[in-house]
Amino acid sequence: MTLVLNRIDDRLIHGQVVVGWGQPLDVRFIVLVDDTVAASEWEQELYRMGVPPEMEVRFHSAEDAPAYLDGYRTEPRAGILLTGDIATMRRLVDEAGVRDVNVGGIHHRAGRIQHLRYVFLTPAEQAELREIAAHGAVVTAQDVPAARAVPLEELLASREGA
Amino acid sequence: MSSAASAARVALVAGHADFAAGLVSAVDAITGRGSQLVPIQVRGLCGDDIQALLRERLASSGALVIFTDLQAGSCTMAARRVLHEVPGAVLVAGVNLPMLLDFVLSPGADPVAAAMTAAERGRVAVSVHGSGK
Repeated sequence: MTLVLNRIDDRLIHGQVVVGWGQPLDVRFIVLVDDTVAASEWEQELYRMGVPPEMEVRFHSAEDAPAYLDGYRTEPRAGILLTGDIATMRRLVDEAGVRDVNVGGIHHRAGRIQHLRYVFLTPAEQAELREIAAHGAVVTAQDVPAARAVPLEELLASREGA
Repeated sequence: MSSAASAARVALVAGHADFAAGLVSAVDAITGRGSQLVPIQVRGLCGDDIQALLRERLASSGALVIFTDLQAGSCTMAARRVLHEVPGAVLVAGVNLPMLLDFVLSPGADPVAAAMTAAERGRVAVSVHGSGK
């Protein structure tokens, strides 16, 4: 197995990740790359409490994650790579060979435009996703496995709630 | 009197999609006491906004109890963060209808004690009938 999903989700570990994707893909570990969480034992404990006992969570900063990802890709168990923002995933695309990116949840914030029910982006974030694609990664939006994977250009052209 | 005992026996109910509103409407249909529960719907909100919403609803309702649907859910994660700042409050993850019925019908005044009892009631209210063969 390998890292079966490389997901951007500002809620990080939550129901869609642990149950929605985790159960059908038989995910046994989550690699959570987030500088704030990596620097806080309390935050890490919070996320550990959110997963079932058979699922492991490994915490990394954006700085140290690239050195570990090749090792995680060779593990016999399935894992999910998770970042809370586009910039962190972009770094993993550039420095750690991530070649497919799932936009799973980027929620409402001032300055963001709604593209899908679960994707809101600023113009700078739209450009950053395009740059990820230009660096060779396939970018799609899909919140849960049963949903259709929406290609990047369709995602960016979509306007919901307008 | 403790702060818990002096608080209103009101609770927040938070979960995915319309889960909370559905549960609260069921409690109201059965007992007429749905007003003791504040349903929280978080569709489209980021984690920070869910926390802010829970904080605001706790303050406005006087509740010291939050019921959530799923151990790993975003409402549960946000509630854990919020309760870190609220001494004496409790979070019960994995809520079901029997649990909420017990909570609203509890004769005691202490909402935290009522939540503890209700959690146990909800836990044992799950049953399986038939052998499946």
